Amino acid sequence: MSLLIKNGLVIDPSTGKDSVSDILIEKGLIKKVSEKIPEKGIKTIIDAGGCIVSPGFVDMHVHLREPGQENKETIETGMLAAAKGGFTSIACMPNTIPVNDNRSVTEYIISRSHEVGTVNVFPVAAISVGLDGVDITEMADLKEGGAKGFSDDGKCVMSADLIRKALEYTKMLNVPIIEHPEDHSISGEGQVNEGFISYKYGLRGMLSAAEEVIVARDIILQERINSLLHLTHISTAGSIDLIRNAKKKGIRVTSDVTPHHLLLTEELITSYNPVYKMKPPLRTEHDRQALIKALNDGTVDAIASDHAPHTFDEKDSEFEYAPFGVIGLETSFNVVYDRLVRKGILSVSKMIELFSTNPARIMGLDQRGVIEPGAHGDLTIFDPEKTFKIDNEKFVSKANNCPFHGWKGKGSVVYTITGGEIAYKA
Amino acid sequence: MGDYIFNQNHLLGIDHLSDKDIDTILETAESFVEISTRDVKKVPALKGKTVVNLFFENSTRTRSSFEIAAKRLSADLINFNSSVSSLKKGESLRDTVLTLEAMNPNIIVIRHSASGSPHYLTTFARSSIVNAGDGFHEHPTQALLDALTMKQVFKTIRGLKVAIVGDILHSRVARSNIILHRKMGNEVSIIGPPSLVPREFEKMGAKVHHNIEEGVKNSDVVMMLRVQSERGAGNYFPSIREYRKHFAINKKVFAMAKKSAIIMHPGPINRDVEIDNTLADSDKSFILQQVTNGIAVRMAVLYLLKGDFNEPIN
Repeated sequence: MSLLIKNGLVIDPSTGKDSVSDILIEKGLIKKVSEKIPEKGIKTIIDAGGCIVSPGFVDMHVHLREPGQENKETIETGMLAAAKGGFTSIACMPNTIPVNDNRSVTEYIISRSHEVGTVNVFPVAAISVGLDGVDITEMADLKEGGAKGFSDDGKCVMSADLIRKALEYTKMLNVPIIEHPEDHSISGEGQVNEGFISYKYGLRGMLSAAEEVIVARDIILQERINSLLHLTHISTAGSIDLIRNAKKKGIRVTSDVTPHHLLLTEELITSYNPVYKMKPPLRTEHDRQALIKALNDGTVDAIASDHAPHTFDEKDSEFEYAPFGVIGLETSFNVVYDRLVRKGILSVSKMIELFSTNPARIMGLDQRGVIEPGAHGDLTIFDPEKTFKIDNEKFVSKANNCPFHGWKGKGSVVYTITGGEIAYKA
Repeated sequence: MGDYIFNQNHLLGIDHLSDKDIDTILETAESFVEISTRDVKKVPALKGKTVVNLFFENSTRTRSSFEIAAKRLSADLINFNSSVSSLKKGESLRDTVLTLEAMNPNIIVIRHSASGSPHYLTTFARSSIVNAGDGFHEHPTQALLDALTMKQVFKTIRGLKVAIVGDILHSRVARSNIILHRKMGNEVSIIGPPSLVPREFEKMGAKVHHNIEEGVKNSDVVMMLRVQSERGAGNYFPSIREYRKHFAINKKVFAMAKKSAIIMHPGPINRDVEIDNTLADSDKSFILQQVTNGIAVRMAVLYLLKGDFNEPIN
């Protein structure tokens, strides 16, 4: 089995490569990267002329809903959506039914993903049993079963003692603790960002401080413990300041932001359309600008979608009763490329760091997020000039709760290649 | 009035109305006030039209007020009451409304504890939607009946100073009143503890006070809001006892307002909690006149949305 990708502009921030090259993949691994590779005897050839060849994108925050909520999404449809969006690897959060807090669920997700086989699925297991925030899970066993990280995502670990123990215990496992920073005692029944808009429109608010006090708490604990701490879907300027200062002090902490927090603000909720309802909530323009700045100065390490599928009926309701969450796998690259890269706010190389290099490193995905001989044959090929129009009706995901419906722009994935196989072709 | 016409399809909130719309509703309501004093309290303005009262929150007074308003305009009215909890378990709001609409109503009056529910209905319903209170968001007919009461007392609805006291954070009445009076160019003070009156409300054009005497100073209208005792449980304030001491209206505080000032309250009142018993029953209190005006205002709203303008009202 061999695959040759010719004439593409190969950009790999981890090696500093940024030139037109051919890439040969054999038996799932990258065999050779050089200017001209002869075509003779090669089974599949892709001409990537005019396109950019990136190490495969990694979305480190996805909800696949299976097992338990297959009406929202399945492992299969989530993987198809990932492939279509250019993602060769995704990390799926443990808030399934049953919760991924034991090895059998982790192993089920992995074996099911192997049956589907389009992209790599790396389960994130729960920090606490049942996501109850009381007892830590059998983390070493879960890691042996294939868990690549731990998170109680959807819920924050409210006990400072529990997060301390989880950080300490995972030091020997070398896998990240992924925190959903939200002090539930502050955010309570909140629906949207708390401030003038929530007050005027009569919706219960979630203060920025609900996120920031947990970011601060975890950084303070991590300073002493020095484990692997990742703060996910950061949404406020205050959190960014805290993370920036922590990094400056040499505290080991990483973070990601979502495309919707980078591109949308709270004014959208004045329509009461639940497609704009998610946690953390859309914030202010001030916060949005702080997130964008943090992409470039290294405060934020990754862009992750927090792909959260819900059924049409669940989202078609009174704002207050609709579940939190939006989907993003199929749109993350389009909107970030068009609105940030093409506008000159983010370089292509920086974008690839945020979509591939860094999330692969944070999740400990060995030989992924890099284009060099011996690495996995995971590549994303995109055409920077190819137009897109986001259409809710055309997702391969089961869900259509996407806040970018109707957006048009340039920058489309044309091939997603996983382990040397074509997982998606436009 | 020039080329002005009232061309709203729905009454979702005061926010969607122009000051001219507000003037028109008040003027129309003034012409309806007299009808309720007649021996035969009925005109044929909405004859053959159907109004649905779709109430997901307990509300005897607002529901009755809409019912009487519709009936005095000769509309047919049905009440559909449901608790939110049963709605959450069973049929969706969309299915409930589509079922009702299959019976071809003309106007749906909705009260719902979730803010924005009336707006949501307009995304798929064919009827005119009237917001009878949505969550903490708006209660437009309350603000309009309050305005009608003020207009009757002061002969104008402009150039006034209105003080609103109480739980602004959780009050749709306060929001609709703030928006209405700012649209009419009136001064608005909002008064209560910082936990219930966040500073951000100043962006709506209201002045925030945490001292009631300062807040009501030189006011034409002092509007008291009902204190929800359960808010105490949320630690918005420590106790009714402490709240009363700082934010109840009594004769001493009311003396800070203008000599001609009046007291209003959307009801139901908590006697001797937010309002001193003797003040509530004094000639300064317009609480019952507000209730009476509620019918005229709701008649005006229903009429302007669906009335046959070629027929004389009387």
